[in-house]
Formats: sequence, structure tokens, C-alpha cells
Amino acid sequence: MGKSLYEKVWESHAIRTLPNGQTQLFIDTHLIHEVTSPQAFGMLRDLGLKVRFPERTFATVDHIVPTHSLLEPFEDPQADEMIRQLRKNVQDFGITFFDVTSGLQGIVHVIGPENGITQPGMTIACGDSHTSTHGAFGAIAFGIGTTQVRDVLATQTMAVSKLKVRRINVEGRLQPGVYAKDVILHIIKVLGVNGGIGYAYEYGGSVFDNFSMEERMTVCNMSIEGGARIGYVNPDQTTFDYLKGRPYAPKGEEWEKAVARWKALASDPDAHYDDVVNIRAEDIAPTVTWGINPGQGCAITDRVPDPAQYPESERPALEEALRHMKLKPGQPIKGVKVDVAFLGSCTNGRISDFREAAKYLKGRKVAPGVRAIAVPGSQQVAKQCEEEGIAEIFREAGFEWRGAGCSMCLAMNPDKLVGDELCASSSNRNFKGRQGSATGRTVLMSPVMVVAAAVTGRISDAREVFGVETLVGA
Amino acid sequence: MALEPIKQVQGRAVHVPGNDIDTDRITPARYLKVVTFDGLGEALFYDERFNPDGSEKPHPLNDPRFKGASIMLVGANFGCGSSREHSPQAIYRAGFRALVGESFAEIFFGNATALSMPCVTASKADIERLAQAIEQDPSLLVTVDVERLEVRYADTAFKVNLPATAQKALVEGRWDPIADLLEAGELIEQAAARLPKATRQ
Repeated sequence: MGKSLYEKVWESHAIRTLPNGQTQLFIDTHLIHEVTSPQAFGMLRDLGLKVRFPERTFATVDHIVPTHSLLEPFEDPQADEMIRQLRKNVQDFGITFFDVTSGLQGIVHVIGPENGITQPGMTIACGDSHTSTHGAFGAIAFGIGTTQVRDVLATQTMAVSKLKVRRINVEGRLQPGVYAKDVILHIIKVLGVNGGIGYAYEYGGSVFDNFSMEERMTVCNMSIEGGARIGYVNPDQTTFDYLKGRPYAPKGEEWEKAVARWKALASDPDAHYDDVVNIRAEDIAPTVTWGINPGQGCAITDRVPDPAQYPESERPALEEALRHMKLKPGQPIKGVKVDVAFLGSCTNGRISDFREAAKYLKGRKVAPGVRAIAVPGSQQVAKQCEEEGIAEIFREAGFEWRGAGCSMCLAMNPDKLVGDELCASSSNRNFKGRQGSATGRTVLMSPVMVVAAAVTGRISDAREVFGVETLVGA
Repeated sequence: MALEPIKQVQGRAVHVPGNDIDTDRITPARYLKVVTFDGLGEALFYDERFNPDGSEKPHPLNDPRFKGASIMLVGANFGCGSSREHSPQAIYRAGFRALVGESFAEIFFGNATALSMPCVTASKADIERLAQAIEQDPSLLVTVDVERLEVRYADTAFKVNLPATAQKALVEGRWDPIADLLEAGELIEQAAARLPKATRQ
């Protein structure tokens, strides 16, 4: 019986068994940001500990960063305190920091890959649940809490328990207008928001073989929304082509050696999986959420559920979601009025997302009354969008074109929903209050669907708005 | 670093019903704009408990009958979403010392355990029976026995589950793993020498 990539990486990084039976796992690369690290540095100082391998930690500022102006001090004194604290911590402990003045700042899960810091076979940890994103490269990447951030800073290791592995095959051809975002929303809908507890998800099949790295990242990013702390795709030529020449990727002879090593890490053809799920690509529609968790989704052509048609035990949750979303039981999701359109986040804030969205936005206008915001995932993505004329297309259309950061995905900066505004969002969470207003409403969808919502002012089927034959799909 | 062994938690309980209670509900993101965890207890379930004008909404944690509870009864997939340790920190700082639920999100579970706060799982039926019992008598004394893996109240007891690693960590006072991790010493150096790192070329 062969081994999965997860098992191979686990075995090469396990240092020892801890007294409580967990494994002490070496973490190759640690990514930190301003929100979940300050208390960890505080704990280090209290314990009189140093950062064990500062060269293995990389810092950025993303969650609290204002996207309209980087003028300091920031208008929000709490945000200003956080960036100053991070600067002090990276300076005190000798950590590389992609600060706002570096031209390399951005969302931690965007800049790791774009700089080649994220590499196959690595163990990666970050105090952020969307760290699963890095699994797109065949890395085993953990979202961790702040106490674990301290553990990794102090020891470059952490205490973890081994997961089971579920292989998810998506075979066939995606329909026009169906994107990576729809694939993961569909997977979560099928397996549930807690279906992945105890599992690492290994994504494969022809759809993933044909996906670009950025599409793989979109899927791996939302593994955690399905309850799986880890999601990954086996490394292949697409992975190597993406990484080659990036600043932190190996070069020359080292590159050749690395590729050989990475190839050997991919799951063996006869690898053991604890579970296998098969999904037909043709069954996946452009998917949107109608509720208050990412599993409460449906095809754009569907109606929202009517609780009366569900078993009594399921009704309260459905009713709560519909009440929050101000949707009527059984109404079509298409046509619901939109107040805000948000394009960005670690799920869909990469260059390919903006390119694809711009293709359809070009020459169109944001509907009157809609506040549309485009937030590149990193300063490098922002720069590329300027160079390729994408930023101008967004501005022309009436989008606010902003600086890099997490922005309205979780509204820790000034970008927030107001009251019960409904937001068509390319982000990853539609939790109550997620976008900064307790009564705010979030509908998750692909970037092209966000653009369709922005220009029509309604939740729309992008295939109809832009003409199905022009949508080439993922 | 001797830590307090957590063999059992005893106290009054409160039921916060519902499945998939996410970390944004437990601690809204605006409360994460802090550089310490102090004072987070007040952020707990803030938007569920209070209107924007600060007036109270009906919520179990606002119910005077359950003030001072130290055990929280919850549904399935509690703590899903973000990795923010602010969520278990807020629960702990609001006075809770154990959670009993149908299931817990993985990162939340790990964060809570490292704070010495056991998250044990039980059947929906057992949790609902206990919820009914505390509804009838909010002063009911509830014991979460981490060693014997059971919950006891009045003349009733039911079995609960906890991964063996978490049980051992709590019962033996090893819930904060830092001392054990530091002990690896030379093994860490060897791994660092052997394993790849991202270096600017």
C-alpha cells in the first residue's frame, strides 16, 4: 500500500511523540500577521524565550490595513497600535516583514505563494484558518491559534494529532461560467460545514489537474469552511511552472533537486485514503450562498429552501438563516437586491480573479445605488492590475479601486457593511456580522458573479448577464 | 512549569443552543483589534447579546438565572470558522471552564484545550436532557469529569468523549505544551538542518 502526500510529509517532519501522545511536528515555514501574533510575542517575552529560527518566519500586515490611505498614523488608533506593535516585534526578534512600504505587502495567503515562500512538501503554519490555501502547492498548512503561534516561534514545532485523509475527486468538464469558487462551494454543500472535522482533504481528478495554481488556491483556501483544517493538491508541472523564478524559490542546481524531491512527495497511485468522495464536474453550477454559513448554498438557478419541506429538526437552523438574510422561504435566489459588491480576499483576490472579472466588466457600469469595491490581495497584484489596465477597467465601471488587504472579508479595517446591507462577495465567510455589521448580509460567489451582481444590482446568473457562450469557465 | 491538572470541572451550566456557532459570533472581528487578550470576556457573543445601542437582547448569557455559570452546553460544530484564539479566550475570561457539545471545530478545540478548558462531546439527547434540567433548576450543580469521561448532575450521569491526547494533557497538567516542546532540544536542531526553508535567492 502506497502513501499519501500527507503521510509522507508527516513522517519527514515528525520529531517525536509527546508525553500526551500527540506528535511534535517541525514547521518549515511560519507566517504571521498583526492580529494573532502580538499576544504570542507577549507570551514569549513573559517566558524569556527567543524566536528559535527567525529566518523561518515571515510577517505581513493585512487584516487591519486601511485600503483607502496608508497615511500614518492610521485613522483607527487600534489599527495603528497593531501595526506599530508588529513592527516592534519583527525588529526585536529579527523577522522578515513585508511592510506597507515594501511593495510586497498583502494578504498573508497571497504573498506567501507569489514570493515563492510556499513550496511543496513544506509544513506551514499561520495564525489564520485560511492557511489551508498553501496546500495548493502540496504543502501541509495549518491554521493555528495564538498559543500555537508562540509554540512555533519558540520551538519551530507544534503539538498536533494526525488526521485522516479524504480524497475528493472532481472528474469531468466544468460547465461554462463555473469556476474554482463554485467547485469548493459545491463540495462544502455536499459534505457539510463540519464534514471535514478530523480530515485533511486531498483534492484531485481531472478538474484539479487542469486548474491553475490560483484556482487550486481558491479551493484549498475554503477547506476550513468545510471543517477540514488542511486541504491540498499534489504538486505537478503546473506547480513547478508557477514557482520557477519566484524570489524565494530554489535556483539553478537546487531547483532541479527540489523538483525531483517534490515529484516524489505526490501521493502514490495506490495510496491509502480513509475516505474517497467522487464528484462529477458537470453537476456543479454557478453557486451562491443563501444562508449564514458557507454550506448553505445553492445553484444560482435554484430557490432558497422552504423549511416546511424539511424535517422538523432541521427547520430552526433554516429559519434562522432565512430570517437573518431577509429571504422568503422558497424564493428564487436570483434577483435578490444587492447593496454592495466586494471583490477581493485570500479566496479570490489574485491576479487571475481580477483578469477574469475585468473581461466581463469592461465597458459596463456598476448599477446605480450599488457600492462596489475591488481590493487586490497584495501590492504586487495591485501593481499588475495597473500595468495590465485592469484597475482602470474597474475604476471606469464605477468600482472603488483600493489598496491591498483583507478589507471587507472580515471588516477589521474601515471597509464595512452598514446596517442590513446585502453584499455580493468573493470572500469565504457569510457568517452573521462577518462583514462588519451585526445585521449585514453576505452572499458568497465567484468573482465573475460578483461583477454580474455589481452591474445589475441583483444576484444574477453571470451566464445570462454576459452571455453563456462568452464565458469560457475555469 | 507545573500546570494545574484539570481532572474535573464543577459548576452551574448554561445552554447556548444552535449548531455551527462560528467564531465571528463568539467574538466579532472588531474585538480582535487588541494586542493582549485582557478584557475579551466582555466581547463574548456581543452582537448576539446586545443591540447596537447597548441594550440587551434575549440570550442565555444575559439571563440572570444563568449568571456565574462555568460550564457551557453547545450544539454541533461549535467554534467553526476562524483560528482566532480570542474566541476561547473570551469564553474562558467570561468565567467558563468547560464546554459540553455535540462536536467542536478542530482549531477551536485545540485552542481551548491549550487554555485548560476541556471541550467534551456528548450525544444530542444527553445534552438536551441536561439543558432541560438546568432550565428547571438553574442552580443545578454539574460535574464534567475529564478523568472518567462523564458528566454528572443530580442523580444522572452520561458518557462523554474526549480524544485521549487532550484528556491526558488536561489530567496530567500538560495542557500548555510549551515545556514539552522545548524539551526536544537537539531533535529540533537536527530537523532544521535537514528540512527545507524558503530563502531569498
